[in-house]
Amino acid sequence: MAEFRLEMRGVSKSFPGVKALDNAELKLRSGTVHALIGENGAGKSTLMKCMFGIYKMDEGEIYYEGSKVSISDPLSALKLGIAMVHQELQPITERSVAENIYVGRYPIKKLLGFLPVVDHAKMHSNTEELLKKVRMNFDPRQKLGSLSVSQMQSVEIAKAVSADCKVLILDEPTSSLSEREVEALFTIIADLKRENVSIVYISHKMDEILRISDEVTIMRDGKYIGTWDSKELDTNFIITQMVGRELTNLYPPRDNVPGDVIFELKKFTSINPRSFRDINMTLRKGEILGIGGLVGAQRTELMEGIFGIRSSSHGTIEYMGKTLKISRPRDAIRRSIAMLTEDRRATGIFPVLSVEDNVSIASLDKYLDLGFVLNNGKINSLVQDNIAKLSIKTPSNKTLIKSLSGGNQQKVLISRWLANDPDILILDDPTRGIDVGAKYEIYCIIADLARLGKSIILISSELGELIGMSDRILVMCDGRLTGEVKQETATQENIMALATSFE
Amino acid sequence: MQRATNQANWPRKIVGLLKDNIIIVGIIILAVVVSFLRPNFLGESNIRNLLGNTAVRFIIAAGVSGALITRGTDLSAGRVAGFAACISAILLQNREKNVSGNFYPEMGQLPVILVLLIVLAICAVIGIVNGTVIAYFKVPPFIATLGMQTLVYGICLVYTGAQPLGNLDPRFTVLARGFVLNPIVSYPALIALAVGLYMWFLYNKMRHGKYMYAIGGNESAAEVAGVSVNMTKVRVYMLAACLYGLCGFLIASRSGGASVNTAQGYELEAIAGCTIGGVSVNGGVGRISGILIGVLVFEVLKIAMQFMGLKSEFTYIVQGLVIIIAVALDLRKYLAKK
Repeated sequence: MAEFRLEMRGVSKSFPGVKALDNAELKLRSGTVHALIGENGAGKSTLMKCMFGIYKMDEGEIYYEGSKVSISDPLSALKLGIAMVHQELQPITERSVAENIYVGRYPIKKLLGFLPVVDHAKMHSNTEELLKKVRMNFDPRQKLGSLSVSQMQSVEIAKAVSADCKVLILDEPTSSLSEREVEALFTIIADLKRENVSIVYISHKMDEILRISDEVTIMRDGKYIGTWDSKELDTNFIITQMVGRELTNLYPPRDNVPGDVIFELKKFTSINPRSFRDINMTLRKGEILGIGGLVGAQRTELMEGIFGIRSSSHGTIEYMGKTLKISRPRDAIRRSIAMLTEDRRATGIFPVLSVEDNVSIASLDKYLDLGFVLNNGKINSLVQDNIAKLSIKTPSNKTLIKSLSGGNQQKVLISRWLANDPDILILDDPTRGIDVGAKYEIYCIIADLARLGKSIILISSELGELIGMSDRILVMCDGRLTGEVKQETATQENIMALATSFE
Repeated sequence: MQRATNQANWPRKIVGLLKDNIIIVGIIILAVVVSFLRPNFLGESNIRNLLGNTAVRFIIAAGVSGALITRGTDLSAGRVAGFAACISAILLQNREKNVSGNFYPEMGQLPVILVLLIVLAICAVIGIVNGTVIAYFKVPPFIATLGMQTLVYGICLVYTGAQPLGNLDPRFTVLARGFVLNPIVSYPALIALAVGLYMWFLYNKMRHGKYMYAIGGNESAAEVAGVSVNMTKVRVYMLAACLYGLCGFLIASRSGGASVNTAQGYELEAIAGCTIGGVSVNGGVGRISGILIGVLVFEVLKIAMQFMGLKSEFTYIVQGLVIIIAVALDLRKYLAKK
């Protein structure tokens, strides 16, 4: 029996212009949870994609149970017993749960002794067994699309279990889960551990890592920094190792002074009866207003309602004493409202376009000569200004945005809105999936904007961030506003209590 | 540091560039070989022919490119151009000679420019319908424009009675046969150049162009960024159809006639030209200069095959293959970059 179930040694991998992995390594013991952490762009996902055969390593070796193996594609990884649950799930929502689990390897029976057909009965009973293993009990015939994100994730894990995996890679599995759902996931992980499965757990959330992992490997700039026993670690030490510097303050000091109320929602209600309803809220000039709540509290939906991405059935939006009619984002933008959406990839960036195009797209009207010719010189200097001001790391402003790291992409999107000089800036989970260093920079930007008199609405899934950054916090639960907490009196406990006050 | 690595990488970069444009490279090599074997290939009449053919097809391709860049497509291009050719031919028949097949025999001779405007207006309506169906009714562009292709063909059949149209006003036919730089650069080539310049300006210097690339790059993000996605799409399909109209008008003038089958299948050639020239069917990527090169190269391929004595039946097989390969290579680029 080898000491390690799986070992990666001296792994290097380059992409055009970047060395993503530089002599990286990983030693995974059987039946343990091994956390893999590092800033965005540190190479965690790349390393895992090499393990799973999505990327080909330029250099390096993989040993499985002590013997050298070559993994050329995901199929060969699966054959070895390595399975991966991706950061972005890729469910076939219109097909059943069972079909999603068995797609590509349906159990086959011979009809009339010769005609191969899918054995649905077997597939469904197998699926029921698997779902029990991940502590879920729903009908295998149910459409996958009818499940919640966390349930879909469980299905994905069930799929990995069904392949009889010995190594399971979980890439940021909790990024879209509520706290309750996270608990459910941890129970599943504990079960798998008991069955001697080794789990690689990628996450940015320190408390989770310290709670469930046995060992921690830290990476920085594609390099292996070290592996520690989790018991020896604390958050500060991890962060120091990740960024290679001491982080003294988690949140920057703020000196913004909230002024008069400039924006107000009255009885604002969604057309969808299960979404936000009867929302009354106010926003002051120069104020940072936090919105707290669990996943499913309809915070994003409320913001998208204000911004015109979703429709409201009744209620009013008042701005500077006037009632606004907003039926699409364009209307909101004209009224000097901006919104950084939650899902950067789905509704934020234009991956195949340059940094310049990504910054300027929402404010082109401002850079016209003769009313129709774009002044590329002015656009160029706008972009250069923003790159400098927000310290966006990019080789040039013609670089395609898809080649930047998540944090820099987020800063590009913030620049896009700043170019419009909005009075109200809605930020929906702006630091989601962003590394610690970039997070701090984004906090500084938010604090600066508030000081300049901009009003900020900040949605965050991290309680610490909400408390650390907001002047006032509104808490939502199940589509309703359940309370308000001032910064001075805010604690994780009282916010959580409001967030869970279901009717 | 960055610059140093860039310099060290230049041989690799050239290889990459050649790889990305493998079809263009292949066809240029073919052209060189053919010009050695058949010296006439570089002869005056052939070059003139090549430029003329490229001109009309480039105008169509420029139209289709807008649809492709916004992640759509326009399969109605050829039939709309054909319909435009038929309308032009009918309205500009030579009514001095009273031939029995004449439409509207008692109508006088219309000014050529008026007919062009009528054709453009009709095509604009077709394009607006295409765009509206795609943008507001969310019908996939492939289906919407395939339907329009058949619909326009039907209208054209009914209108022309399926008879070939000839005997055109000499003031009209002289238009496409005139030259600025005798004997090479014809009027259509000049018009195509003007269209190219206009499209370049539109794509690079105006909001419409930026919005197009944004929609093709990520439609939901464009909506959130305040781009009027639907209006932009309607404009794209309207402009495209107007270009098909202009093209049909020139084809009728150039060939001195038209029939219901004029310009049939041009949409596929246009898509091929665009794709060879680097417009991605994945949306968000494409340049006017690339489209010009793509169309030109595709025409070179066709003429080269002709010169080598390949029967036209076989050239279709090669053209079809090249189109499929071009799209496959385009998609491969994006697969590899994941």
